[in-house]
Amino acid sequence: MSALRLHSTEVVDTFAEAFAMWAARVIITAETARWAMAAARSMTGFATSVIGCKCEAAIECELPANETLDRRPGVAVLLFAMDQEGLGRRLIERIGQSVMTCPTTACYNGLDGAHKVVVGGKLRYFGDGYQNSKLLDGRRFWRVPVMDGEFVVDECFGVQPAVGGGNLLILGANLAQTLAATEAATAAMRKVPGVILPFPDGVVRSGSKVGSKYKSLIASTNDVYCPTLRAVSPGTQVPDAVGCVLEIVIDGLDVAAVKEAMRRGLHAAAATGVLQVSAGNYGGTLGKYKIELAALLNGAV
Amino acid sequence: MSLTLTLHTVPEVPLEAEALSPYRVAGLSGIDVAKLPVMHGNRSAELGDFFRAVGRGDGELRIEGDLARVKFIGAAMSEGRVVVEGTAGMHLGAGMKGGEIVVEGNCGDWVGPEMSGGRIVIKGNAGHMVGSAVRGSLSGISGGEIIVHGNAGNEAGSAMRRGLIAIGGDCGDFAGVNMIAGTIIVLGTLGWRSGAGMKRGTVVSMHGAEMLPTFSRAGSYSPVFLRLYLLHLREVGLPVADEHINGIYQRWSGDAVETNHGEILLRELGSRP
Repeated sequence: MSALRLHSTEVVDTFAEAFAMWAARVIITAETARWAMAAARSMTGFATSVIGCKCEAAIECELPANETLDRRPGVAVLLFAMDQEGLGRRLIERIGQSVMTCPTTACYNGLDGAHKVVVGGKLRYFGDGYQNSKLLDGRRFWRVPVMDGEFVVDECFGVQPAVGGGNLLILGANLAQTLAATEAATAAMRKVPGVILPFPDGVVRSGSKVGSKYKSLIASTNDVYCPTLRAVSPGTQVPDAVGCVLEIVIDGLDVAAVKEAMRRGLHAAAATGVLQVSAGNYGGTLGKYKIELAALLNGAV
Repeated sequence: MSLTLTLHTVPEVPLEAEALSPYRVAGLSGIDVAKLPVMHGNRSAELGDFFRAVGRGDGELRIEGDLARVKFIGAAMSEGRVVVEGTAGMHLGAGMKGGEIVVEGNCGDWVGPEMSGGRIVIKGNAGHMVGSAVRGSLSGISGGEIIVHGNAGNEAGSAMRRGLIAIGGDCGDFAGVNMIAGTIIVLGTLGWRSGAGMKRGTVVSMHGAEMLPTFSRAGSYSPVFLRLYLLHLREVGLPVADEHINGIYQRWSGDAVETNHGEILLRELGSRP
């Protein structure tokens, strides 16, 4: 692979391989921003990768009261799964266990579209016969009695085809330099609407490859990017000067949003002087989207 | 160009004019519209005997004059828009399925009886039986919205099954009597015996009210769902205040003579969450 340059950073002429997913946007509101955030954090916990969590989720943004349906402070959450049915199940589980349980919250659909999954229409049974619904302007809300009043939730949530697995690999001379670059990159990427970075604070150190020497595992450590395996991993991608590699994974409502987030992240990381930025792929055999880093070099941030 | 009908002869007795509906005049010229049949009391007549028609029916119908004796305007309409530049008579929007009717003045009794969709807006006052079941019928409106900016008479939402009735002013007695489900919101005061015989559904007032002994007070809270309704009503032009949206409401459950699954919400004056 040839090398490109952005400031002093080497940009590997490769591509990120992203794949098709399904996504939902959940709007959580509460009496105060604190409780809306509490529910959102709970709902998006343990949702880093479909490999082990069945879904990927994170907070998209906070919403001021004047931008939410009930004019209370809110948080927008994006949740991704591999298929529509699985996404519906994850929504029921996570809204039921993390949002309905959180004091003062209500939960609304944040995506229009032709595809719908029933969520409130299932959660209503928690009301044990005391639940009731309201149909306002063609939209049905369920009111489930709970101990602080009522939990209001949309009967149906819109879901749409989406894109998962966009990524950047940040290669630095040491841990401090690489962390600084990833922190700058994730801060820039979060400003893009319609994307999330599902790993802890947006960053993953245990990047994975498909498959394993152990038959029971579908994924295993990405040895070619492990600095400690530089001497033993065939085909290592870690240059001599690199002492640390971190990855940023991006899921988005469409490929344009993923590209824009990657572009901003690439430029922000390069601005810190990190040694190299690359991207993970499977030779084009896994995902339907190829996002070339070379195409992201231009444009203002 | 929309169709405009101007009343030139005030009917001496009630005029039953189901023809005053967008689907009945669709594509017709003013001349053709004038030939549509109406009932003047117990005698057949033509619209042209009372109205001057100008334009062509293209989905919007404007009617001008004192129509207090003109019944069934917009009856059974499923799309389009009717604007009454004045007062409208009884049975406005009867059996309406969709579209919108706007009355700039007052309206008689029986607004939107048994409607199932669409929206009726009365800028003035409405008479008795807003959104009600007709006598002998088991259920009233099953969908849609009736927005009355002024006051309404007795038995609003009688036996209503679904939908929204909002009254900007005061409401007469027996609001939501025999209600099956749905929502009635009164920004003013409720009359006597609200919710009598209600099975499910919600009656809301921004003021206190004398409750029937078959209703039990559950407590006070700030209902989130009500915020959605009040914000919606503010959008369609009712004077909903922030105090209404953020208010604390007493919840009364009833009617115990029925299923006891209905609710009456009364705002506690001066309350804040």
